Amino acid sequence: MANKRNKDWSAYLYLMPVIVILVIFHVLPIFYSLAVSFYEWDLIGSPEFVGASNYLRLADDPMFYKSLWNTVYYALISVPLSILFAMLIAMLLNNPISAIGLYRTVYFIPVITSINAVAIVWNFIYHPDFGLLNKILDIFSINPQTWLQDPFWAMPCIIFMSVWKGLGYNVIIFLAGLQNIPKHLYEAARIDGANRWQQFRHITWPLLSPTTFFVFTISTIGSFQVFSQVYMMTPRGGPLKSTMVIVYYLYRKAFEQFEFGYALAIAFVLFMIIFACTLFNKLYLEKKVHYT
Amino acid sequence: MQNTLKVKNPAHVVIHTLLIIGGIFMLFPFVWMIATSFKGDDEILTTSKKIVLLPDVVRPDFLNSQEDRDRIERRAERQRLWEKEQEKPAAERDRKVRAPFNWYDNYVYAWKAQPFYRFFLNTLFVTITVTAVSLFFASLAAYAFAFFNFPFKDLAFMLMLGTMMLPQQALLIPNYIFLSKLGWINTYFALIVPWLASAYSVFFLRQFFMQLPKDLFEAATIDGCTRFQFYYKIVLPLSKPPMVTLGIFSFLANWNSFVWPLIVTNDTSLRVIQVGLSYFSSEAGTRWGPLMAASTMTILPLVIMYFLAQKQFVESQATTGMKE
Repeated sequence: MANKRNKDWSAYLYLMPVIVILVIFHVLPIFYSLAVSFYEWDLIGSPEFVGASNYLRLADDPMFYKSLWNTVYYALISVPLSILFAMLIAMLLNNPISAIGLYRTVYFIPVITSINAVAIVWNFIYHPDFGLLNKILDIFSINPQTWLQDPFWAMPCIIFMSVWKGLGYNVIIFLAGLQNIPKHLYEAARIDGANRWQQFRHITWPLLSPTTFFVFTISTIGSFQVFSQVYMMTPRGGPLKSTMVIVYYLYRKAFEQFEFGYALAIAFVLFMIIFACTLFNKLYLEKKVHYT
Repeated sequence: MQNTLKVKNPAHVVIHTLLIIGGIFMLFPFVWMIATSFKGDDEILTTSKKIVLLPDVVRPDFLNSQEDRDRIERRAERQRLWEKEQEKPAAERDRKVRAPFNWYDNYVYAWKAQPFYRFFLNTLFVTITVTAVSLFFASLAAYAFAFFNFPFKDLAFMLMLGTMMLPQQALLIPNYIFLSKLGWINTYFALIVPWLASAYSVFFLRQFFMQLPKDLFEAATIDGCTRFQFYYKIVLPLSKPPMVTLGIFSFLANWNSFVWPLIVTNDTSLRVIQVGLSYFSSEAGTRWGPLMAASTMTILPLVIMYFLAQKQFVESQATTGMKE
C-alpha cells in the first residue's frame, strides 16, 4: 500500500502552483545572479563577460568597505540593544499583572506600522530646528544637534528608530519563550534563598537561551539587510556617506547607475556574509544554548 | 477583588510604572504625528523651545502662552481679511490674501498632492489578491505534504524550506531583469505574481494539517470521497484559525511592502501606498503638516484592522494551541 502510494505523482498537482512560482522567482534567480555577476551589463546593451573583474573591483572599492563597515556598525549596536530591551520588557510582562493585553498591543503597534510612515515621523522628530528631540534636550539645557545631517549622529539616529520599530516583535517572541519556563523552578530557587539576579542568571538566562539564539540569528540577518529606513531618512547615503549601508549601495549601483553585474557581485558578497554569520551562530554560539 | 489585591503588591506598582513609561515611549511618536497633522505651518515652523502638543484648534485657552495667543490673533486677523476679500466680486479679489488654515487642511493638501485614492485602491487590490491566492496555493501544497506520499517528497520539502533562507535583496535584481524580459515591469502582474507562493505559509499550514487525524483521511477515502473533496469539505473548514493568523501576517506584510513595488513600478497609476508615501515625502520636503497627515492616513487603516482582528487573532492562537 505504502509502496503504491509512493509512486503517486498526482500529489504534484497540488504542489504545482507553489513550486512553479518558487522555482521561477526564488530559486532560479539565485543561479542567474551568480552568472550575471561575471558580466558587465546595463540591461540595455548585450552583457559582456568580464570574468571575476566585478569581484576584483569590489575588493578595491573604498565605498564598498565603507558601506560594509556602516552595516556592521548598525548590526553591532542595534542587535544587542534590541535584545536587551525586548528581554527586559518581556520579563516585566511575564508577571500576573492587570492590563497585560493592552501593554502587548501598545508595544506591538510600531511593528505593524510601515517603516516609511514612521521614518517620516522620526525625520520630523529629529529635525534640527522644529524637531521634538531638540526641544526635549533643551529642557535639560543640552545643546541642539543637527542629528540626521551630522555624520556622527546620523547612524545612531537610524539605529535608535529601528530598535524602537522592531522591539515589539522581539518582545512577543521572548514572552513566548519565558512562558515555557516551568514556574516551579523559580519557587524552588526562592526556597533555596536565591535572589532575583541569581534567579535570572541561573534559571531565566539559560532556559531562555534557545529563544535568545533565535532572536539573535533573525535580528543579525535582518540588520545586514537594512534598507528602507536608510533610504527614507538619509537620502543618498547621508552626511559624508555615514549611513551608506550595503543594500543601499547595491540599490544605487543597480537601479540608479545601472551597473547590474557589479550590483549582483555586491549581492553575492552580502549573501556570503549573511551565510557565514548564520553558520558561525549555528556552529559556535549554539553550543552555548541550553536545550531542554 | 482581585484587582485591589494586585495593586497592594508593591513590586507590581514598579512593574506598571516601568511598562507605562515604555508604553508612552512606544506611542508618543504616533501621538506627535497625529497632533502635528492638525497644525498649520505657523504652529509647526516655530523656533520656540516650548513643547506644544495640542494643535491650536483644540487647545483650551488657559494653556496658551503669550506666543500662542499672538499666533491665534494673527490667524483671526487673516480670517477677517479673507472674509472681507470674499465679499468683493471674484475679479477684484487680491490674490495675495490666502485662505486661513483649517484644521483639516493638511489632509486635503496631501490627498490632492498625490492621487492617494488611487494608491489605496492599488494597495487594497494587490494586498487582497496576494493574501487570498497565496493562502489558497499554500493550503493545497500543505495538504499534499501532510496527507500524501509521493516521490521526492522530502527533497521537495527541504528545497522549499531552503528558499526561506535566501536574502530578498539577492533576488531583487534577477527578478527585475526577468520581469523586464517578460514585459511585466509596470504591470499588476509584477506586483502580484512573484508573491503568490509563500514557503513560510506552506510550512505553517503543514504543521497544522499534520495534527489532523490520519484515520479521518483513510475513512473518507474508503467511503468514496475524492482527495479534493476531502480537502475542501473537511480540511479547509477545520483550518480556519491558522488561516486567519496567516491571513493577518500576509495582509500586514503586503500592505507595508515597499522595496519590491518601488523597483518594479514607476507609473503613478500603479503605485502602491508605501511608494506613494515615499514620493510624497521627497516632494513635500519640509511641509511637515501634510507629511504627518499622509503618514496618519497610511498607518490608520492598519491599526484599525489590527484592533479589529485582535480578538480573532488571540482566539485563533488559543484554538491552535488547544489542538494537542
